[in-house]
Amino acid sequence: MGVGIQVDKLNAWYGKSQALHDISIKVEANHATALIGPSGCGKSTFIRCLNRMHETSPEARVEGQVRIGELDAYNGTSPTQLRRRIGMVFQKPNPFPTMSIYHNVAAGLKLNGFTNRKHLDDIVEKSLQSSALWEEVKDTVHKKSGASLSGGQQQRLCIARALAVEPEVLLMDEPCSALDPISTGKIEELIFQLKEQYTIVIVTHNMQQAARVAEFTGFFLLGKLIEYDKTEKIFTKPSDKRTEDYITGRFG
Amino acid sequence: MGSLRGAVPETATLQPRQRVLEISLWRRTADYLATGFAITTVILVLAPLVAIFAYLVYKGIGSINISFLTQIPKPPGEVGGGMANAIAGSVVILAIASVLGVPLGIGAGIYLAEYGRNRFGDTVRFVSDVLNGVPSIVIGIVAYAIVVLRQKHFSALAGGVALAIMMVPTITRTTEEMLLLVPNVLREAAYGLGVPRWRTTLSIVLRTATSGIITGVMLAFARVAGETAPLLFTAFGNQYWNWRLEQPTAALPLQIFTYAISPYDDWHRQAWAGALVLIILIVSSVAAVRYVVRRGTLGGVA
Repeated sequence: MGVGIQVDKLNAWYGKSQALHDISIKVEANHATALIGPSGCGKSTFIRCLNRMHETSPEARVEGQVRIGELDAYNGTSPTQLRRRIGMVFQKPNPFPTMSIYHNVAAGLKLNGFTNRKHLDDIVEKSLQSSALWEEVKDTVHKKSGASLSGGQQQRLCIARALAVEPEVLLMDEPCSALDPISTGKIEELIFQLKEQYTIVIVTHNMQQAARVAEFTGFFLLGKLIEYDKTEKIFTKPSDKRTEDYITGRFG
Repeated sequence: MGSLRGAVPETATLQPRQRVLEISLWRRTADYLATGFAITTVILVLAPLVAIFAYLVYKGIGSINISFLTQIPKPPGEVGGGMANAIAGSVVILAIASVLGVPLGIGAGIYLAEYGRNRFGDTVRFVSDVLNGVPSIVIGIVAYAIVVLRQKHFSALAGGVALAIMMVPTITRTTEEMLLLVPNVLREAAYGLGVPRWRTTLSIVLRTATSGIITGVMLAFARVAGETAPLLFTAFGNQYWNWRLEQPTAALPLQIFTYAISPYDDWHRQAWAGALVLIILIVSSVAAVRYVVRRGTLGGVA
């Protein structure tokens, strides 16, 4: 089951330039939350702070509090412990090119020391089913490399890979920006099903996508969270002028 | 094309068509010239290789026989005998060099690529480039000083150490470059699954770069396999069988050198044969490693 996320006064820097300013937000468990805003506004940086991926960039720094369920992300939790409970899907599909479809999905478990063959088989099948890829690849999971799939299939493979470690939260960083409309549709459908079991935070450039998949939407601008509310409210009667300007296409 | 041209009104095409012809003549000439130049350079590059190999086969193949491959050298002046001990010695020395040099080189390469973006890393890079340019005879002297003088023996071990030192910089720099080619998104994918950094480096990054790293290792191997100078006062050479690592050991390049400068015709013939065997040894081990690695990688996919 998904857990909620509570963020308090989160600040993040790349070297001397500050990318996030005092972000506080409460993400509901088992819902999809979309983050929108123009390029470079800090949405990606923000979700990369949630699983402590931000600090892998050179000279990156974070301050503030992030709670994933009961887990205090920056106090007494190691990044690896944290990331095992938070799945991440990236902008470009990035399957491991030397591994078969099967091993791509099993990678998270195998590399963390789980080797029970039967258990792995079950998890791989279940994850590929959850990501709606099983029917397309079930005969070739061992024969084909993950890199041989089409872009949309690769992205669903990456989602299966993230689900296989049984996370509580799924972070998606513009998961459809490299995909065609049909694949995008499939992924959006998937997000709809997945939020029954996971808490989903999705960064998107596509406002229609946010409106379609998310119950809550946050609008970022210049490293600040300008407005955060029910998606319907954001897109119909936003309370901030800047949000209104953005969603009506006056800038960004 | 002809039918297409017919479809266009005559007046509109008359002048441009002439110009098109002129341009295409010049372009065709340029195309031929450039292609010809490219082919010529390829031939110039390949010719020495083919010539060397053909000449080696021509001079050496006649002297390769069972006794050459199974017997040790006869005393000076006697006809017959072989280089079996030198072939075995070369294999032993190269095995020692690989066991010492490959892990060290790959390890240093991993450090430079994954952790070495600092002053220490820059120093290692510089030193490794300098080491790559040090004359092989000097590396022989170093191995002499640190192994032979201490052991008070010429030995296979000393020869292996000398060759290992020569392998390290090549392997280090190619490993580093191959690892840097691995896209960062793959590292992030693994981190995102909660895989620790060391595990990511070994199981994802290194594995993705395997074929490139193998190429670097084989380049280094092929280069040192034919080295003579570093072995002169380390392995030293031996006219008899020796399987003990701390004793002077025969090696193909040394034996070829000794035989080639000798006054005996039979030894000259054997030197040619030895050179051919050496090349075959290098080519076949490079091919074998490639074959095994390719099967191994595909095995991972299957």
